[in-house]
Parts: sequence; C-alpha cells; structure tokens
Amino acid sequence: MEGIQKADLTKIKPYGDTLNDGMVQMSFTLPVPYGDEASEAAKQLVSKMGFESPAVVFSKDLGVGYTYFIMYGKCTHTVDYTNIEVPKITMEYMEREEVEDYIKKNIKRDIVIVGACTGTDAHTVGIDAIMNMKGFDGNYGLERYKGIEAINMGSQVPNEEIIAKAIEVKADAILVSQVVTQKNVHIANLTQLVEMMEAEGLRDKIILICGGPRLNHELAQELGYDAGFGTGSYANHVATFVVNQIVERNMI
Amino acid sequence: MESKLNLNPRLIDSARTAARNIADDVQNFIDKNTTVTVERTVARLMGVDGVDEIEKPLPNVLIDAIKEGGGLSRGAAFWIGNAIVNTGKTPQEIAEKVSSGEIDITRLPIADENKIMEAVYSTAKQMVERIKNSRAKRDEYLNSIGEGRKPYLYVIVATGNIYEDVLQAQAAAKQGADIIAVIRTTAQSLLDYVPYGPTTEGFGGTYATQENFRIMRKALDEVGEEVGRYIRLCNYCSGLCMPEIAAMGALERLDVMLNDALYGILFRDINMQRTLVDQYFSRIINGFAGIIINTGEDNYLTTSDAYEEAHTVLASQFINEQFALKAGLPEEQMGLGHAFEMNPMLENGFLYELAQAQMAREIFPEAPLKYMPPTKFMTGNIFRGHLQDAMFNLLSIWTHQGIQLLGMPTEAIHTPHLQDRMLSIENAQYIFNNAREIGNEVEYKKDGIIQKRAQEVLAKAEELLKDIEEEGIFDTIEKGKFGGVKRSFTGGKGLKGVVEKDEKYFNPFIDLMLGGAK
Repeated sequence: MEGIQKADLTKIKPYGDTLNDGMVQMSFTLPVPYGDEASEAAKQLVSKMGFESPAVVFSKDLGVGYTYFIMYGKCTHTVDYTNIEVPKITMEYMEREEVEDYIKKNIKRDIVIVGACTGTDAHTVGIDAIMNMKGFDGNYGLERYKGIEAINMGSQVPNEEIIAKAIEVKADAILVSQVVTQKNVHIANLTQLVEMMEAEGLRDKIILICGGPRLNHELAQELGYDAGFGTGSYANHVATFVVNQIVERNMI
Repeated sequence: MESKLNLNPRLIDSARTAARNIADDVQNFIDKNTTVTVERTVARLMGVDGVDEIEKPLPNVLIDAIKEGGGLSRGAAFWIGNAIVNTGKTPQEIAEKVSSGEIDITRLPIADENKIMEAVYSTAKQMVERIKNSRAKRDEYLNSIGEGRKPYLYVIVATGNIYEDVLQAQAAAKQGADIIAVIRTTAQSLLDYVPYGPTTEGFGGTYATQENFRIMRKALDEVGEEVGRYIRLCNYCSGLCMPEIAAMGALERLDVMLNDALYGILFRDINMQRTLVDQYFSRIINGFAGIIINTGEDNYLTTSDAYEEAHTVLASQFINEQFALKAGLPEEQMGLGHAFEMNPMLENGFLYELAQAQMAREIFPEAPLKYMPPTKFMTGNIFRGHLQDAMFNLLSIWTHQGIQLLGMPTEAIHTPHLQDRMLSIENAQYIFNNAREIGNEVEYKKDGIIQKRAQEVLAKAEELLKDIEEEGIFDTIEKGKFGGVKRSFTGGKGLKGVVEKDEKYFNPFIDLMLGGAK
C-alpha cells in the first residue's frame, strides 16, 4: 500500500497505532501509599526508564501502603533489527511417525531417553508433557513413540540418581525439566548435573537436554547442555533433536 | 436435593459403598501399623519440641532413640509415660536428657502399667485441651467478627521468607482474600522431620514450621480484626510428616490443610504403606481441631487429561470421603478437590466443566468443595489467562463451590506478584457478585450435553470403584490407575519408617480425639 511508511529495520521501536509512536503498556507496584504523590512517583520513574509522555491510566490502593499502576509511555530507544543474532536449534522438526521411521532406517535399534524433574523441583507438568504417553495439547509424549524407550523418573530426583539411572539403562539422552526458578535455583542445579557428568566422563556420551518455561536454547548452551527447550515445545521437537544428534555424533 | 443433572441415586450409592469397602480394607492394614512420624506426633502432643545442637528436632531424637532401642512397636506414649514415672520429669526434659545421653529411654525399669497410663493420659489431656481451646477461639472469632461468603477466596503466598509472606498475606486480606495458604518450600515434603523456628529462606515457598505458623496466625488475626472478617490460614499436611504438621497446625489454629490420602504416594513417590498410615492419624487431628482438609484430586488432571480422566477425580473424591469418615472428620470439613483444567480450546469445554462441578456439588452436598484454577493450559499470555480465570470463577459461583483457589493471570510465569493477587481477587469478586444467584435460576436441559456428561462420568467412576474394590487399592495404585502413575507396595520413600504395632501398642490421642470432643 502506498502512503504507509515502512519500518526502518535499523531503528525499530514499539508500535501502538502509528509507526514509531513507541507506545508501551506496563504495570507495576510501588511501595508507597495510594495518592497523587504515588502517581507522580510512577511517572517520574517511567521517565527515567526512557519513556516520554508517561501516563497513569489506572492506579489502585493495594492495602498495605503500596500502590498498583497501569501505565503507558512512549519509548525513546531503538534497536537495530538487522544486527540481531540468536543461537537456535536450526532443524526442521519431524512428526512422530517420521521420527519413528528415522530411527528404524538410520539408528536400527531402540533408543533410550531418561527424564526427570531434578533437584528440589516438584513440578512434573513439563517433563510429563514431553514424556508421558498422553503428551500435551494433542501431541503424544515420548512413551508413545515406537523405537524410543522413555523413562520418566518423576520429580525431586537428585542429580546423582538420574545419572545412575542413565548408566544403568545405557541412556542415549537425559532430559531435565526445571520449573521452579525462584532465586535461580534451576541454574545451580543444572550446572551441578553438567559438572557431575563431566566428572564421570559421561558428558560426551550422552545427549543432555534441559527444558522449562524459563529456559531457552541459548541459556542451555551457556550452561553446557546440548539443547534447551522452552514454552511451546513438544515431544516431537525433543525427539527430532535427539535422533539427529545420535546420527551426527555417530552414537549408533 | 433434587438432582439437576438427573443423576441416578442408585449409582451414587453403589459408588459410595464400593469406596467404603475399599477404605475398610485399607483400615485393617492401617490399624496394624505405626510410623516414625506418627510417633513423633505423639511426642509433640505430649509436649516435646525444640532442636538439639545440630538442629535435629527433639521429637526425631526421641523417636530415633526408641526405634534404635527396639521399642517403637510399643508406641512412644508408653516409653514417655514410663520415663515420666521413673524420673518425675516432663516429656520435654526427658527428650533433652535422651538427647544428651543421660537417659536411655528403652532401658529404664518398666513401671506399673496403671501409673504409666495415668502419666500418659494426664499429659495428653493437657494438649488435647489446648487444641480444644484453639478451636473455641476460632468459633469465637467467627461469631464476633464473622467471615467472608462462600466460595471463600483462597490465595497463595510463597516468598520463602515468612516476614515477607506476612506483608503479602495482609495485603491480600485487605483486598478481600478469605484464606491465605503459605506454600511450602519445594524440598520440604520429602524431609522426614519438621524444621524449627522462623525461616527466611525457601524455594518456591516457605518452610512449614510451628513458629512460622504462629507468626502468620498472629498477622492474620490482626488484619482480620481490622477488616472485620476472620482470615483462615492454610498449610500443607502432606509429605513425610503429615500427622506432625497436623498437630502443629491444630495447636497454632490453622484452619485449612492440604491433606490427601493418596497424593504423597502418586505425586511425591512416598511409600504407600507409609502415607496411608500417616494420613489416618493426621486426619483424626484435623477432624478434632475443626480444620477443613483439602484433597488433591486436581493433581490427576495436571498429569493426565482432564476430559478423559474426569471419572478418576470423582472416584478419588469418594475414596477420600471414606478415609476421612474413618478418621472421624465430618463432611463439613471435607474440602474435596477438583479442578478447571480442560483444554480451553475444547469445544463446549465449559459445559463439561459445568457438568463436573455441578455433579460434585450434588454428590457431596455438605462438603466445602475446593475448586482449583486452570494451570496446565496457562501460557504466559496473561490476558487470556485472566479470561480463563473468569470462566473458572463463573462456574464456581454457579455451582456453589466452597473454596475458590484463585487463578493468577501470571500462572506459569512466576509466583504471584503483589498486584497479581489483587487482579485475581477483583476478578472473582466482580463475577461472584454479578452472577450470585445464577445457579438457583438455571436448570439443565433433560438429556442435554451437560446432563449426559455428568451421568457418563458418574457411571465410569462407579465402574472404576468397583474394580478397585475387587483388586484392592494397593494393586490399583501398582497398576497406575490414578493419574496414570504407577507405584509399588514396597517402593518409594519412607518405608523404613513403618513399624508393625505389637499387641500392647497404644496411642492416647486416637482415643482422645477420634470422632471429635467427648
């Protein structure tokens, strides 16, 4: 369409209803009593964050001398989109049947995957979504895959135990789910697992994958994992990665 | 009450009978066994508290000593009573002397049995009296400042620091919350002891300690008086220390406890023998203290599909009801659980959820049903999440649920921020008020989608219960029929804490508390 300005990708900023208006919606609480002074404090704070024309569109007394705000402001900063680089798992994900065929043709044996929610974390929702027969949101879990022996150890599994299990069943891959991330407990736990596997001389022999709502591939690689899967990942994504790695790393 | 769902009363009776037989069968097993935490509870209720120099709780020190001395099958009460008669000291002093090595509790001379019984019962009755007073204090508050209307608004605090929790809890109460649950730190359920003192460090929650209970109780009483509503306090009576937590909660006037008969087995891999024995005593205490228990059926639906596995929720509610009755817990204190966890993309999903919630209401008419919010299909899209919570709130007021665990728009992102709770409370208050009488105005089409769905779920639950009745609950769990989780009779954590009772075993508190105040 003519007459509509195209975004300059070297200088992008938020879009509200006009290109480059910079409009951002935000909400937060300040530990000060509800009133005009609180709203003024919120506006000044938002200005310091780099927003022009900060506006408090709603505020509410939270009852303990704290105030909640919903605000808008115009962002003054820009980002060069053309220079963005994000490490990613670059592969086309296979569907379940394709993974099963791939195993049959290229690996020619059953592969073994051990999974758990490790450390103190008791939230199995993530590991269950990937591993359990039923899977999640219409995507079957690894237990359903022909050619994959999937062992879900459940929650609060110590790192020692998942390693012992992996050795016992000669696992090709270990999946670790971490849901609780308060005070970065997941980082310490994930790091410990890598260190223990290195100490055991297992790190190169087993594909190591982590997942969870606050994890991504970049963070996983930083921590020494082969891959990290965040929100929106399904069993076939994990399975595709594992079978490809087995072939690439000649673990057949 | 006439069934709006046209449920067949004979099927309900048949399901309930099967559940009763299942519980009877397990009760035979329970009655023959005790556990280390049951005995630590006896010690606590006789007045043993505190920790030794390495932070080991004295109830653990004492029970470990009795166990090592080979005396646990006789029951801790006997040994404590015998030590009282021998030394003239209090149970606390005795525990301290056991800890310092001055007393070898199972090697003291065995005193006259009548004297032991007298010592035990006179000590035990003091604590039972304290719990009675604590219950009376709650009634006094309810009669003077009153309470919120049902469904009670239930929110969670989980900072890890009890003092930070207090701030958030008081804020939530001021915003309209009726129940504050302090989430436990994720590691605690598998500890075979209860930590001691106030705590300020935890992961995804705060340690359940008696001192933390006391701190929060005081804070909620203060804010309750200020807002003119009694604010209930909830914690977790699950894991490896179920009865100990129940005892601490009874003493510190908690009002609500998460307390499921099977949860620990299925979702924490605690040994089934251990949990079944533990849950029994914990429920006797909760029943006596007037504490509403919340059962954990919602968890089945986060691990398996809420639409397909709906009947396992109903079956578990029937079983939890029977176990609770065995422990003398009245229906008014049974917060049987269920959840709004169907895939939001399911066509007519709201109708199926309605059928399920209405069905639970009709089958357990007096129970303050605990309704759990969507969690599994919360995506991080806080705006859609807020809508899902609104649908959930609408169903709750519609079907007269008892306890509404408020969903948070930020579920799946982080433990709730201060404003998340406010937004959720506002959501529920708006809908509860705006649709208050909807359930009394609306009936369901005969043989329509809603009626048929409820009838189908009931029929499947009845069938499952009859299967379990035939197989026994132990085999059923071994085969993975609940929540799709398989657990073995001798697997899991805590089995070595189970001890068979001898014929002279006694626990004075079962006698004094079972079936309420005498």
